[in-house]
Amino acid sequence: MAGNTLYDKLWADHLVAENDDGSALIYIDRQLLHEVTSPQAFEGLRIAGRKPRRLESNLATPDHNVPTTDRTNGIADPVSRIQVQTLDDNCDSYGVTEFKMDDIRQGIVHIVGPEQGYTLPGLTMVCGDSHTATHGAFGAMAFGVGTSEVEHVLATQCLRQKKMKNMLVRVDGELGTGVTAKDVVLAVIGEIGTAGGNGHAIEFAGTAIESLSMEGRMTICNMAIEAGARVGLVAVDDKTIEYVKGRPFAPKGEQWDMAVEAWKDLHSDADADFDRVVELKAEEIIPQVTWGTSPEMVKPVNGNIPNPEKESNPVKKEGIERALQYMDMKADTPITSIPLDKVFIGSCTNARIEDLREAAAVAKGRKVSPSIKQAMVVPGSGLVKEQAEAEGLHTIFTEAGFEWREPGCSMCLAMNADRLESGEHCASTSNRNFEGRQGQGGRTHLVSPAMAAAAAVHGHFVDVRELELDPELAKASEVH
Amino acid sequence: MEAFTQHTGLVVPLDRSNVDTDAIIPKQFLKSIKRTGFGPNLFDEWRYLDHGEPGMDNSKRPLNPDFVMNKDRYQGASILLARENFGCGSSREHAPWALEDYGIKAVIAPSYADIFFNNCFKNGILPIVLDHTTMDTLFEQTEANEGFKLDIDLDKQTVTMPNGDVIGFEVESDRKHSLYNGLDDIGITLQQESAITEYESARQKRAPWLFNS
Repeated sequence: MAGNTLYDKLWADHLVAENDDGSALIYIDRQLLHEVTSPQAFEGLRIAGRKPRRLESNLATPDHNVPTTDRTNGIADPVSRIQVQTLDDNCDSYGVTEFKMDDIRQGIVHIVGPEQGYTLPGLTMVCGDSHTATHGAFGAMAFGVGTSEVEHVLATQCLRQKKMKNMLVRVDGELGTGVTAKDVVLAVIGEIGTAGGNGHAIEFAGTAIESLSMEGRMTICNMAIEAGARVGLVAVDDKTIEYVKGRPFAPKGEQWDMAVEAWKDLHSDADADFDRVVELKAEEIIPQVTWGTSPEMVKPVNGNIPNPEKESNPVKKEGIERALQYMDMKADTPITSIPLDKVFIGSCTNARIEDLREAAAVAKGRKVSPSIKQAMVVPGSGLVKEQAEAEGLHTIFTEAGFEWREPGCSMCLAMNADRLESGEHCASTSNRNFEGRQGQGGRTHLVSPAMAAAAAVHGHFVDVRELELDPELAKASEVH
Repeated sequence: MEAFTQHTGLVVPLDRSNVDTDAIIPKQFLKSIKRTGFGPNLFDEWRYLDHGEPGMDNSKRPLNPDFVMNKDRYQGASILLARENFGCGSSREHAPWALEDYGIKAVIAPSYADIFFNNCFKNGILPIVLDHTTMDTLFEQTEANEGFKLDIDLDKQTVTMPNGDVIGFEVESDRKHSLYNGLDDIGITLQQESAITEYESARQKRAPWLFNS
C-alpha cells in the first residue's frame, strides 16, 4: 500500500467522524476573523442563541477596510467604519481576542497569523477569506470558507467536508538571480490554469521550494487558490520550526519539545501516491507579468502579449479577446511596452518583511519614474512596518518617491480609499488581476515585489535580472 | 435556509468562462453587515454603465443594454447558465447571497470553483454540473427560443427541456439531503456533540499547546 501524503496525514489527524453519506466531520483547530466575512456569522450565532465553542481558537483583526493613511481620526467612509466597529463590538461582547486598528499587531490576517505564531504546523485553520491557503506553508491544512462556515466553526469547532484529491507541484533546481517565489507561483498558475487545482490540495515540493524562506513559501501557498486549490501545502522542515520558535502564540518549554517531535512527521511519505503531478524546472522560470484579467494570463517579462487568432479553443479565444479589450492592449506587443500609471507593493501575497527588502534592494538609490502617478508600499502588519523602519527601508522608499503607508489589504481589492481610477494600469504585488479588482475599470498586472519596484523606477516593466541591486538588501531577501 | 425541491424557471445565458466573485458582487458592496439586499448589485460593473456604490438608488442608474441580464426577454430569469470555473476567486458568500436575492434558484455550468460551489448549498441555490456538449446545447436553445424554461427536479436529479428531453445530473447525497430539506448545518453537526467532545479531549492530550487559553 502506498504511503500517505502530507494532506492525507492532516486529514486523518482531524477526522472527528465519517458519515455514511461520504461526508466527514473535520475538527478545526483555529480560525482567523476579519471584518468583512464575520458580521453575518456573529449575527447568526446571536439569532440562534449560540456561543463560540472555544474562544482561544479564534483571533481577529480588521484589515480589508482600514485606511492606510493617518488613522488618528478613524475611518472616513461611514460604511467601512460601521463594519470595523461591528467586528470590534462582536469580539468585545463574545470575548474574542482582537488586534484592533490602533494595535501595533494589527495587519492582514494572513500576515498576522504566522507572525504571532498563531499559525502552527499540523493545524487545521480556516478564515472567511480564500487566501487562507497561505498558512499551508507551515504544513497546516488551511483553507478559505464562506460566512456560513465561519459561523459553523464558531459554534461547533468543526466543518462537514469531503476529502480533496492530492496534487504535487514539484519545482526542482535553482532559481535564477532576480527570480522569486511570486514568479514560481505565477509560472505554476500559467502552467495548470486557474481551474487546474479545483478539487485538489496542492503540495509544493522540490529543491527550489525547499530552498525558499518561509516568506517565499507563504507567497506560493497564498496563491494556490488562484490555481483553484483551496489548500496549498509545504512540508515542515528546520526552517519552519526555526520560524515559529519564540513567537507569542508558539508553544513553550516542554510543550515546545513535544510539538517539535510531533511536527517532524509532517511531510509526505516517500512512496505517497498523488492523483496528479506537475513538474517545473526552476532554471526555466523567469520573472513573470500578468497581461490579462485572470492570473493564468501570464507571460515571462521578455514575452509578448498573446494573439487570440492563434488560439484554437473558441472559449479561450473569446476570453483572450475580452481581456485584451478590457486591458486596452494589442496582441503580439512586448510585455515591456505596457504603459503603467501606478505601482502597489503590498497584500497578503507580498507584504512581509522579506518582500519589502526585495523591493528596497531595487529602489535604493533610484527614483520613481515621473510617468508613474503613484507608487505605494503598504506593509502587511504594524510589526512588519516597525521592523522595516528599524532597518531603514522606509527611508529608501520615501527617498525614491514611494509612499509609505499603514498596514492593511489596501489596493489589493480597494475596499478602503486606495484604488485605481478607470483605465489606469498598475504593477501590483497582489494576487488577483480580475476586472475591477483594484477599482472599477482598473487594469492590474501581477508581479513580484522586485519587478514592481523596477517597474516603478522605469515607468514600464523591465527584467529585474538586468538591474544592479543593493547587495546587502538583495542578500537579505530572495533576490540573490 | 429555504429548501430546493423542484423548480421551473426562465433561463438566462451568461456566456463567459472564469466568472469570478469580484464580478458577481464587487467589493464595495461587501461592506454591508447584512445577508440580504445584494440582488440589485449582482454583476454590478457589467449591469450598469455608471460606478455603483452602497446606498445608491439602483432603479435610477443607467443600465448597460448589452449585458444579457438586462435584455427584456430574460427579465424574471431564475436559472443561470454559465461556463467553466464559475465563481472563482474570493470566498465571499455575498456572491450566492446576491444571486439568491436577485431570484436565481439554480446555476448550470460545466464546473465551479470549490468555495463558491460549497457556498451555494448553504443558501438554497442548486449548482448543477453538466458536460460541455450539453452546455453548448442549452446555450443554443436558450438563445434561439425566447421564453426558454427548464424544469429542475432535485429528488430525481433531472433537468427537463421544453421538448421533454431529460438530462440527468449528479449531486452528492449529503448536500442533496440538506438542500432538499432546507436543513440547518450547524444543527446537524451539533447532533454529533459527543463525537466532537471525544475528539477534542484526545486532541488536547496529543497537542496540549493548542489548548492554552
